[in-house]
Amino acid sequence: MSAVLTVLFNGIAYGFLLFIMSVGLSVTLGMMNFVNLAQASFSMFGGYVMVMAMQWFGVPFLLTLPLVFLVIGVLSVVMERLVFRHFYNTDDLTQVLLTIGLVFMSIATATYFWGGTYQRIDMPPWLIGQREIFGLTLETYRIFLIVIGLAMALALILGLERTRFGAMVRACVDNRRVAGACGLNTGLIFALTFAVGGGLAGLGGALSANLLGLDPNFPLRYLVYLLIIVSVGGMGTISGTLIAGIALGVADVMGKYYFPQFGGFVIYVLTVLCMLWRPQGLMGRKA
Amino acid sequence: MSAFDSPQNRAASGTGYFASLSRWNIFEILFWLALASLYFWPHADLVLMSQIFIWGLFAMSLDVLLGYRGIPSLGHAAFFGIGAYVAGYCGKFGWTEPISALVLAMLVAAGVGWLTGKLVQRVAGVALLMVTLGLNLILYDLVHRSTEITGGDDGLQGIVIDPVLGLFRFDIFGRTAFWYALIVTFVLFVATRAIIKSPFGLALTGARENPRRMIMLGAPVEGDVSRAFALAAALAGASGALLTQTTQFVAPSSLSFQRSADVLVILIIGGAGRLYGGFIGALIFLFLRDWLAAISPVYWYFWIGLLLVVVVSFFRKGILPTIEDVYTRWRGRRGASP
Repeated sequence: MSAVLTVLFNGIAYGFLLFIMSVGLSVTLGMMNFVNLAQASFSMFGGYVMVMAMQWFGVPFLLTLPLVFLVIGVLSVVMERLVFRHFYNTDDLTQVLLTIGLVFMSIATATYFWGGTYQRIDMPPWLIGQREIFGLTLETYRIFLIVIGLAMALALILGLERTRFGAMVRACVDNRRVAGACGLNTGLIFALTFAVGGGLAGLGGALSANLLGLDPNFPLRYLVYLLIIVSVGGMGTISGTLIAGIALGVADVMGKYYFPQFGGFVIYVLTVLCMLWRPQGLMGRKA
Repeated sequence: MSAFDSPQNRAASGTGYFASLSRWNIFEILFWLALASLYFWPHADLVLMSQIFIWGLFAMSLDVLLGYRGIPSLGHAAFFGIGAYVAGYCGKFGWTEPISALVLAMLVAAGVGWLTGKLVQRVAGVALLMVTLGLNLILYDLVHRSTEITGGDDGLQGIVIDPVLGLFRFDIFGRTAFWYALIVTFVLFVATRAIIKSPFGLALTGARENPRRMIMLGAPVEGDVSRAFALAAALAGASGALLTQTTQFVAPSSLSFQRSADVLVILIIGGAGRLYGGFIGALIFLFLRDWLAAISPVYWYFWIGLLLVVVVSFFRKGILPTIEDVYTRWRGRRGASP
């Protein structure tokens, strides 16, 4: 019994990580209909920013997290202004190809600067090891991930539902043209949302470096997972992304633990069935 | 020449329209002659050339789906892999005659393609991308994991392919492979061209542009998706079988996501909806890859990525349509001046 719970717990921690990485992609997709696969590259760069800050400047781990959020947020808004905004009116496929091209470039860039090997990450002592909670032996770092993930999800949902900016974002997701006609500066809202989404992706990358490993192929390894979460959850919904992220995390960890011979098979079959059943995603609304 | 045969009359009658549509122009003939003449180049890398034909055929198969029916697929390598493995099993278990094995590979792939079409015909947009991608990943995982049946990562060993027509053995210099790949590709190209320029092809394009209007015109679009998938899958299966037969080897990489992405890149670089776009794209992509991998083995993907970004930014329709536009404009200007 406790083994099942431990596996479940590991899956949930993994799911929160996937949620943090993919929530920005989901919101930008719902809002601008922009398929930004480079989100996975933002995550990778987030991981590298954290590693550099820790190894070269000795910044403590907890402080690197807001730093990563800021740096990657700025990076993504720069990319949005320079490149992405010219592609808002093109079709899905053009956007997929543009951003996959950027992913290829980011992989080569990361290899150039940091080499092709996995990065060594030194966690602070209080995050290493295991703790006893309710009679279960759980990894401290995963507990930390769940706490951060819950806080992020709560902050995002409250921010979107209760603040003025959140209302503006929701208006843009619902109908961009009408929102613009009502006097909202949609360009600015897009740029800010992009910055927050990108920053979160970077944060997700930094948090995952310890658990999933960080090397230049990171974006390609997790791209498919991000896409699955976003489309299964339904674009533009935070709760859908959260549910899909946790479901995927749990299914993946459980599948690999109990049926190692099937590998990723379980997830892919579930994804295909889900997309055929509800093409708009679990929480998505019919277009 | 009777008055009835005048161009206007022919264009007005249905068959005449399709006849004029399918006439070969000088550029097409020159293109295929140029491909054949690559054989006689000094120091030509024949293995690379056959790869170009195979990728070109594969990209053309995606063009049937994407360019003519407007269905993007992120999992097209699935059909390529099915063809490759069918041909591989044929060679391994005694069916060593290559042409009939190629036809069998096409039929199996077409069947799977038809079923896929049935499955996805109600889905569109991002969901469609995800379903095709998911199906591709499922197949890859199956092949990759069933080590006893497929050899897993090591691939299928011991594939025997008889000489083509009992006369031409596959040699290590790739001479037979060159001609075999070129001729099979050309024959399938001619067949596809005929299908695309037929009323069926026109109906596909119509359904791409506006499915609702097609229904109102009385043209059924229901079965279109599965038929387009079957045709595209058969062609992709043929290219997969060609790869197996010319290299006498199959590995799971023949149905990897990487291959699905690459073929999409090739088609977009060349230009979708043109039949020749895939071949132009394959020429550019493979020569560039060969050259870049030689000068910078680690970073060559950077340049492929940059190429992709530049193409979608500045030649949004692909390279071939851009050249065509420039040519038409140039001819228009020349024709206008006395």
